[in-house]
Amino acid sequence: MTAEVRAHAEEDDERPAWSLAREAVPSIALDNPLPDRVDREWALGGATGKGVKVCVLDSGIELDHPAVGAVAGATAISLDEDGNTIAELDTEGDLCGHGTACAGVIRSIAPDAEIYSVRVLGAGFTGSGKVLLAGLRWAVEQDYDVINMSLSTTKKAFSELLRDIADIAYFKRTLLVASAHNMPVESFPWRFSSVISVGSHEEDDPLVFYANPDPPVEFFARGVNVEVAWVGGGTITATGNSFATPAISAIASLVLSKHARLTPFQLKSVLYLISSNVGGRP
Amino acid sequence: MTDDLKAAVAAGVLPSEERFAELLRSIVEVARSIFRARGSSIWLYDEDTDELVFAAVANPDEQALLGMRIPSSKGIAGWVLSSRTPLVIDDLQNDLRFAIDVAEKTGYVPKGLMAVPLLHDERALGVLQVLDRPSNSRFSLEEMELLGMFATQAAVALDLLASARRARAALDGKGDMAAVARVAAVLDRLEEDKREAGLALLRELERVLS
Repeated sequence: MTAEVRAHAEEDDERPAWSLAREAVPSIALDNPLPDRVDREWALGGATGKGVKVCVLDSGIELDHPAVGAVAGATAISLDEDGNTIAELDTEGDLCGHGTACAGVIRSIAPDAEIYSVRVLGAGFTGSGKVLLAGLRWAVEQDYDVINMSLSTTKKAFSELLRDIADIAYFKRTLLVASAHNMPVESFPWRFSSVISVGSHEEDDPLVFYANPDPPVEFFARGVNVEVAWVGGGTITATGNSFATPAISAIASLVLSKHARLTPFQLKSVLYLISSNVGGRP
Repeated sequence: MTDDLKAAVAAGVLPSEERFAELLRSIVEVARSIFRARGSSIWLYDEDTDELVFAAVANPDEQALLGMRIPSSKGIAGWVLSSRTPLVIDDLQNDLRFAIDVAEKTGYVPKGLMAVPLLHDERALGVLQVLDRPSNSRFSLEEMELLGMFATQAAVALDLLASARRARAALDGKGDMAAVARVAAVLDRLEEDKREAGLALLRELERVLS
């Protein structure tokens, strides 16, 4: 929805949002944001991620880590006794290293992206699912362009709530990028069609990624033996879909830094078209 | 048969605490063996205290650390439990040892580790760690798949034994029926001919009581 159309819709309260009167058709004229041929040069050429807000929903991010650089904001999510969400300035950094690793992967591919940390892990395992939900809901409200979720929950009770939040994000143009599970278990939210789900391939090039013709895993990115930032200012070599996911978050950020108004639907199509097994062969 | 009596008989033939420890030890030893690793350990989640308990370790030098507790969502084991996601790390350096849960206590800092959640249905039962695979082997997706499959199998076995543990604990609180459980347990372990004699005796007892 363009700003003009949104303004029109807000002014015209009598027109239901779920129908379109014949005379209103001209008011929703849209430009096609995609060229006749979508290729890597159009999608990524010269892009740095500048102006794109990327949220790392994880264990926190170590401040001043040389491989991460500036963190634009750090928030710790918790719940009060009544279950209300508390979002506070996070001064603890990273409680295990994982969030720092994800942030470092994003920085290495999209050097000018604005990286935000939203910490949902670290306050005890009991209730961690509820904190994850609250953190994701809070992050979606902040209008980040991309939210990286290198984690999932196996609690079925949370799946519908997560799906609702994922749908809200989808319609407000916040791209959720979620790790597929490495194990044969049912977990969420990566299985939802409103998010982009990521598994791992074994190659070394961070810009090589493949579209999966056999979902629910939609893309495979570099996730094996990846050198990643870790707590203590150093780096480690790590493996897991956790590290493939921020690669796709970063590539999506590159695209958005050149083509800011793409919807998640359009962005997923662009990623498909420039993936290494479709039109983006290196 | 009343529910209590059924539970008593069932609990009598359920595996004991020793079998639980035996299973944990077997899991870490098999894990160490299939990955040709230097060590392996299991952290089990304690719901009552919201902590991870060091429950099994393949290295004989570290048996004394069994029972040690750490916060449930810190460090690598905590992240793996909370995120329910496996993690494989190589090239750990000494200055990162604080993230490796028991390294501070043992002085043994692994160069690499694999940590995988033990998931059964919706529940996360704990975390399995495999330390120091051979340094010349590059980690592959095939190994990740094997790790996931092994952890899933281990979690199913652990869940069965944990159910038995809970049933026994519940029965202990019920008093009278514990005797029935003990008789059922003894019968279950008898050799064939002795068990038949025991069952004949029980049939006589049943006749007298009814």
